[in-house]
Amino acid sequence: IFSAVAPNAAMRPLTEEEMTTFFEKLAKYIGRNIRHLLDRKDGNYCFRLQKDRVYYASETLVRKAQSVPKENLAAFGTCFGKFTRTRKFRLEITALDYLARYALYKIWIRPAGVMSYLYGNNVLKAHLGRITENTPKHHGVVFFSMSDTPLGFGVSAYTTKECRKLESTAIIAFHQADVGQYIRDEDALSAYQS
Amino acid sequence: DDDDDDDDDDDEDEELPIEREAREAEEERKRVAIEAAAERASDAARQAAFRLPSAKDIEQEKHRPPDMTLIQNRLQDVLFVLADFNARRETGRRRSEYMARLADDMANFFGYVPELIELFLEMFNPAEAMEFLESNEAPRPVTIRTNTLRTKRRDLTQALTKRGVHLDSVGTWSKVGLKIYESQVPIGATPEYLAGHYMLQSASSFLPVMALAPTEGEFVIDMCAAPGGKTTYLAALMRNTGTLIANDGNRKRLTSLISNLHRMGVKNAIVCNEDGRKLPKRFNKVDKILLDAPCSGMGVIARDPSVKLQRSIKDIQRSAHLQKQLLLSAIDMVDAHSKTGGVVVYSTCSITVFENEEVVDYALNKRYVKVVSTSLPFGRDGFIRYGSKRFHPSLKLTKRYYPHVHNMDGFYVARLKKYANGVKKTEVEEEEDDDEDDDDDDDDDDDDDGNDEKKADVLPKEQQQNNNNKKKSKKGNSGSLKNKRTTKTKKKKQRGSGGEDEKGGAANGKANGHAAAAAAAAGDAT
Repeated sequence: IFSAVAPNAAMRPLTEEEMTTFFEKLAKYIGRNIRHLLDRKDGNYCFRLQKDRVYYASETLVRKAQSVPKENLAAFGTCFGKFTRTRKFRLEITALDYLARYALYKIWIRPAGVMSYLYGNNVLKAHLGRITENTPKHHGVVFFSMSDTPLGFGVSAYTTKECRKLESTAIIAFHQADVGQYIRDEDALSAYQS
Repeated sequence: DDDDDDDDDDDEDEELPIEREAREAEEERKRVAIEAAAERASDAARQAAFRLPSAKDIEQEKHRPPDMTLIQNRLQDVLFVLADFNARRETGRRRSEYMARLADDMANFFGYVPELIELFLEMFNPAEAMEFLESNEAPRPVTIRTNTLRTKRRDLTQALTKRGVHLDSVGTWSKVGLKIYESQVPIGATPEYLAGHYMLQSASSFLPVMALAPTEGEFVIDMCAAPGGKTTYLAALMRNTGTLIANDGNRKRLTSLISNLHRMGVKNAIVCNEDGRKLPKRFNKVDKILLDAPCSGMGVIARDPSVKLQRSIKDIQRSAHLQKQLLLSAIDMVDAHSKTGGVVVYSTCSITVFENEEVVDYALNKRYVKVVSTSLPFGRDGFIRYGSKRFHPSLKLTKRYYPHVHNMDGFYVARLKKYANGVKKTEVEEEEDDDEDDDDDDDDDDDDDGNDEKKADVLPKEQQQNNNNKKKSKKGNSGSLKNKRTTKTKKKKQRGSGGEDEKGGAANGKANGHAAAAAAAAGDAT
């Protein structure tokens, strides 16, 4: 299946369909807080699509970016993720700032578990420091270190209540993205492959 | 009586253990002192007796594998002689012979192309050149820069110290820099690094950004941004407001640039991949520009020793040519009338004059810019003269940094302020114009450039275009972005005619009229 959009297309706003897919994905982590991304007091921010990647930037930045020809524009503002060939949306670690700020459900990882998570492993009960009350099962969560530094995001495996009863080797949350990817997987973050 | 004598002798012969130790220590010390004196004497004797090797000796040396101790001793000896040449010279030997031997030995000992050693010996006196070469053998201390968008230096210091890193402030000159003495964890992979709390960056890279000092809300361009250390510092100073264009001509380096920008939480950047010389087509009316130009890397030999053998003077001059073009592009993009800006900071990680003072001097002649103080609290002044070259005196305000003086990578920083938009005509062109006006000779554009003998070099395309435009009085590509004004302050006194004043006034409309009149007369001339 090939993407409907030519890969070399110029920057454009997202279509209705793309917006829906994108927001549905986002809502799994930040729910209704999506409106905070769009109604900002310090300027009008918007989402734009370029080469199947979604970028979030202020309108002034978008206007300046439009004067760069499409072959030469590599990135602008913050990249939230990309649309796959089957037109599903995959959120990337580069969106962590905003996910962390507006996250609905958070998990704090103990110092012993931080390095393990940053290598791409799932979060075990033994590493669980704190978890937001009423976290549903299989819902998007954002991971923090005990000093409130955002580490990544993923999906919860159990509800908060269930977590309490688990043994220490059980997986309480699945890894989806972590900041360690900035070193491990740098190439995946940009539209250009080096 | 005998008994008394015997008793006295016994008392003297008996030594307490402590007295014996003291005596032995004293003897040891004396022996060491004698040995040291002997060594000094022999060194001095060797140096005093130092004779430059004869041509035959040198031939023999070439056939043997190089003896490093011999060369090192000879280096020290030659430097010793050169330090007080008149007193210590071998009679009959000229200074140039000593210098030649020094250059040869330095090239062999440190592993450089001889051209480069000659270059360094032109810049420094022999003793300082030696210090410089030695400092290129050892790395500079590792430094990091706190990302003020995410954390404070104090908090970062605490967090890293908890992980077992020994660090200290980089100096009073920076509020965000930290020097790493030793670390139990890889400093480029701590959770703080991954969370974007700091950036691994050499201390000298802080300097051009400090000199540029962007503020909130400005329109700033970083023309050679990858991998993004300086760009992220710019964004931090701008507090993520305004617009920051991060450009790099090399597509392969963009991934690390984009990655660093996202990791450090930069929200106001546009990353583009353009040749810096073509950027003026995309942007103008910029407030501030940082041009950290690609260079030969003569100041960072400690980081990349391959430079010793792979660079030649030709490479340096090629770099210089590119840098001049980039600097002119940067100046053309900046808006002289910007409220807070109109500033270009030019910096390189090289210490050669060809890539530094010469490039800035070139720009001073071609555009309406002036060199202003970088406001950096330390650093050596830029050269005003070098060999037979003479530069504008304001170049004293530019700053040079050396590894053996400042304990950081070699660097050069110049801050330029644009005071008027437009392109300057140089003296050479003014003379041509004089001739042409006087002769009323307005040739066709195609003939112009070939026939003129006064033009020593081929002018850069822009200048040619300007000349053409002036004659044809057409608004070319460059015309729409810049007001084309020429000042002929020197020649104005000589010329009295009204026609010249019109030209000096230089709105395009007036040039129209003048050129049209000249064109009409051109038919007669040809």
